[in-house]
Amino acid sequence: MSLSKSLSRFGWRRPGAASVALLGLPMVWFAALYLAAIGALLITSFWTVDDLSGDLIPGFSLTNFQQLFSVPVYTHIALRTIGIAAAVTITDIILAWPVAYAMIRLAGPRLRAAMMAAVMVPLWSSYLARVYAWRLILSHDGLLNWTLMEIGLPRLHIGYSNWAMWIVFSYLWLPFMILPVAASVERIPPSLLEASADLGERGFATFRRVVLPMALPGMVAGAIFTFSLTLGDYVTPMLVGGRGSDFIGNVVYSNVGVTNNIPFAAAYAVLPLGVMAVFLLIARRLGAFDAL
Amino acid sequence: MRSETLIWAVVAAIFAFLFIPILVIVLYAFSAAPIPAWPIAGFALHWFADTWADQAVRQALVLSLKVAAVATIAAMILGTLASMAVARMQSAAKEVVSFIAVLPIALPGILTGMALAAYFAFWGINLSYWTIVAGHATFCVVIVYNNVVARLRRMPRSLTEASADLGADAFRTFRLIQLPMMASAIGAGALLAFALSFDEVIVTTFTAGAQNTLPLWIFGAIRLGQQLPEVNVVVFAIILFTAIPVLLAQKLIGESGKVAR
Repeated sequence: MSLSKSLSRFGWRRPGAASVALLGLPMVWFAALYLAAIGALLITSFWTVDDLSGDLIPGFSLTNFQQLFSVPVYTHIALRTIGIAAAVTITDIILAWPVAYAMIRLAGPRLRAAMMAAVMVPLWSSYLARVYAWRLILSHDGLLNWTLMEIGLPRLHIGYSNWAMWIVFSYLWLPFMILPVAASVERIPPSLLEASADLGERGFATFRRVVLPMALPGMVAGAIFTFSLTLGDYVTPMLVGGRGSDFIGNVVYSNVGVTNNIPFAAAYAVLPLGVMAVFLLIARRLGAFDAL
Repeated sequence: MRSETLIWAVVAAIFAFLFIPILVIVLYAFSAAPIPAWPIAGFALHWFADTWADQAVRQALVLSLKVAAVATIAAMILGTLASMAVARMQSAAKEVVSFIAVLPIALPGILTGMALAAYFAFWGINLSYWTIVAGHATFCVVIVYNNVVARLRRMPRSLTEASADLGADAFRTFRLIQLPMMASAIGAGALLAFALSFDEVIVTTFTAGAQNTLPLWIFGAIRLGQQLPEVNVVVFAIILFTAIPVLLAQKLIGESGKVAR
């Protein structure tokens, strides 16, 4: 009997063994690189750096975490990051609804396909290009201020501010919200909406009491992306945020690139890990993983 | 009827919001002015030639293509294997594995970047071409995995069973039945993974050392406010270049049009 035959026979009798064989290579890769890297992050967050030589000092020290919680700037930056991530998520939920609803319930098949493509293209087109576009639009002599002047309004100074970050992040991640919301609206059987109408509910009441709860997993699935992507960014704050617009990522970035304090950077990066762990646990409860 | 018109008006405004920045990029690429300002005073094509002649841009482009190619190949192999394993699993194990598998894209980019930086520092590994590839492959694998897993969910198990009943071993079934049915999903995942790798900047900064990928070159130039006309051209080219694989991938995935990221 050939080797391939006996191997596949073994796999047929023991499906578990076949799964392990298939999963072996990806699992080793994933554990050896990604999970081990997260582990290294956690370990080095307790290390310190020699002030004079700049060498890493292995060990167990809470210095980094003490510094994070005692220096007001770091708490402030963490709150700003989480606050803007939450604001962006809410904004994207509000903007995604009309698009998702029109796409699934109002548009015909051809228009729906075109709208879907129109959501996909910005989702996948260059992140840097789109941030840069907003830097051009919001700058002092950019498109926004020119438009305001043309229609007789005063110039705005929202370039390089927290407002700019809020607009740009909401813009960047909107497609990530539209797609799962649309998918979950698509899954609601029309008969439920008819039943609600038969029972005397008006349009908005049906939306609030039938559509919204049933689309909740889709919204949470989208929120995982809008929240996490905002939480982990430092490029957008550097390009469109102002001097006082640092995110958690910017502190991590400058501690690795400029001061070369990897343990401190690692400790600060543990924070978004903790925030996302809580977020993902709640998301799982709400059934978001079936809607991904 | 009136509320429907209102919804369409809102939707049109949101699509304008999505596309005006992309339009702005297209227009600025042809601007003649050395410093970008609105309204665009004059148009010129010579920045395209200047950008193409810039050695730094070319080197960055070549590096980005090399990284994306290798990361995509790794992602195709690992992502397909993982998705086939998950498709065979029982519900409890399946849930755990599929939860862990999406972590590289569900967790913030700064975390992946910083974790890899700490990991390489931990082992004393110098940053190089291969550390960039390793970083990109972590999230590229997930893209391929997501697309193939979605396809396998719709693929009836009876087909592989029929193949086994007719005497084909597992490898032959894979070659003749499973691979052809997964091929377009693997292809779509690969195209999207390539596009994502080609554009990645958040993780790359932490794994690149002294070398510049194209996004790193752009990021540096924008921050320093240098060579902005060249940035305009490069950014326009990237938009054009990434739109092609994305639209192709959508075709491959079919009319349902759902691309998993």
